[in-house]
Amino acid sequence: MNWPAIALSIKLAALVCAILVILGMPIAYWVAFSRWRWKFIVESVVALPLVLPPTVLGFYILVALGARSPLGRFWQAFFGHGLAFTFEALVVASVIYSLPFAVQPMASAFSLVDPQLMEASSILGAFRLRTFFRVVLPLSLTGVVTGAVLSFAHTLGEFGVVLMVGGNIPGVTRTASIAIYDEVEALNYSAANQTALALLLLSFAVLSIVYALNRRIWTVWPSKR
Amino acid sequence: MPPIEMNLTARIRKNLSASFTLDVDFSVPAGITILFGASGAGKTTVLRCLAGLLPPDEGLIAVGSDVLFDSARALDLPVPRRRIAYVSQNLALFPHLSVTQNVQYGLASFDEPSRHERALSILESFRIAHLSGRKPPQLSGGERQRVALARSLVTDPRLLLLDEPLSALDHLTSSQIIGDLRAWNATHGIPILYVTHSHREVFALGERVVVLQNGRIVAEGLPLEVLDSPSLELVAQLAGFENFFDATVLSLDKNSGIMHCRLDGANLELEVPLTRAQPGAAVRLAIRAGDIIIATQQPAGLSARNILPGTIASLVREGSLMSVHVDAGARFEVHVTPRACESLSLHTGSRVWLVIKTHSCQVVSGPAAFDPGLARS
Repeated sequence: MNWPAIALSIKLAALVCAILVILGMPIAYWVAFSRWRWKFIVESVVALPLVLPPTVLGFYILVALGARSPLGRFWQAFFGHGLAFTFEALVVASVIYSLPFAVQPMASAFSLVDPQLMEASSILGAFRLRTFFRVVLPLSLTGVVTGAVLSFAHTLGEFGVVLMVGGNIPGVTRTASIAIYDEVEALNYSAANQTALALLLLSFAVLSIVYALNRRIWTVWPSKR
Repeated sequence: MPPIEMNLTARIRKNLSASFTLDVDFSVPAGITILFGASGAGKTTVLRCLAGLLPPDEGLIAVGSDVLFDSARALDLPVPRRRIAYVSQNLALFPHLSVTQNVQYGLASFDEPSRHERALSILESFRIAHLSGRKPPQLSGGERQRVALARSLVTDPRLLLLDEPLSALDHLTSSQIIGDLRAWNATHGIPILYVTHSHREVFALGERVVVLQNGRIVAEGLPLEVLDSPSLELVAQLAGFENFFDATVLSLDKNSGIMHCRLDGANLELEVPLTRAQPGAAVRLAIRAGDIIIATQQPAGLSARNILPGTIASLVREGSLMSVHVDAGARFEVHVTPRACESLSLHTGSRVWLVIKTHSCQVVSGPAAFDPGLARS
């Protein structure tokens, strides 16, 4: 079994999950409560990774992170090496790729919070941030956990984007899903099977947690109010 | 006497749709003022504008000398800074927080000991200290109402807005809560704006009433003045009472929960529900025209205790009903269906008997007469 690849996958998924919880909540809050008329455009952009082929997404992320892009040049000047084909690039790509899996359940849960409770909080002297942490978040905790777990599981299983952006560098960007591909290419079916089984069981365990917490999974965008 | 600076002054113009514009201008002193009107009259909109949840198109809102909203100066104090308490119809208690946590929610600016002390004291004022650890889903309707009031009032608001908070409660529970609210306000003296479309509550609570119709104020003043004023038929209709009589209490029967009254200027006695009044006291009775039954023969074997002989003075068709005026020593207005009128062949001068149940007579001499322990209607 390819432990380094599995460990790398878990490390990547955990990091992406943590970033997406922090990044996803404000986006989800905005999506749930904004009345901006062009909001649907942002919704579409966030949802794009759901439908785009990973190669398309991976290609553009690679271009955006490449040595000739502003971000790539900044990274080069700051850290002394390029951003493409690094673990950091994998994290950036995975955050974008898994964004809808974090944002959608969160936004759905936020929008189900009774607006009168938020008004009551406001009348009792709380501004938005306090209302969010004391009322909205506690009442939509299952949605946030669902988003976190889904983004973890989705990152764990991604293949195309990782291959495009990370290359296949052992210990750095070779995740479990890519390791499986390699083993199959090399006709090492039993090694592929071991890693695949580990990934399967891990994903199953993670998803079981979500379903145990919340049966309204795979939510669509919250209904318009 | 609370200081005059505590008055709420509000001038609000808000266009809500092509056919509905709220346009009100009123001033409310400390104490309970009823904002009264039919559904859709704009009562809740007024409260939401005052609380800052809905921006008026134009106007001025001030409590005492503190201006909360002034369109002329583009001033609009954010909701959390207004220090206004608002209890909506569904109460909006935080379901994930205990009673104590709900009550302490608005006390974020206090340190822990004074938060605790204030919460405890208000929980005791509203007799819910024993519920402090429970969560809202585990409370009864009346308990939830008390928690919502305590949560709002613990913040020392300068204005309390109540949007039909007691409409879902039974008479006894709601009047006990009102008693506790009055007791609280006796020491705080803030204006309380109480929205209702229940005429019972107007009589029971109102020190003043502001009547709203189609987004405009059509009457304001003392409940009896407003409801009695002949220029305000609309208000009387809203109030649902057509008959008002001044009367004197003759005797009390505490065991049966009734008392006897003599109508002033008429040799007529009515049995009415007991209130906290002494014999000889002046009271006012209100009876709905639809609650009176007309009989063409002297009825017998009825549970109704007031049976008065009289003569029909006039019959007027009003839409789908007949308004019959009967002279029975005093003048009663009675509503019957045209069919009933026909089958009894009622006509001016007919000899009839009026049948009025004891509890159809509402004693409305003001808040003091309203004692739930005695007057269950």
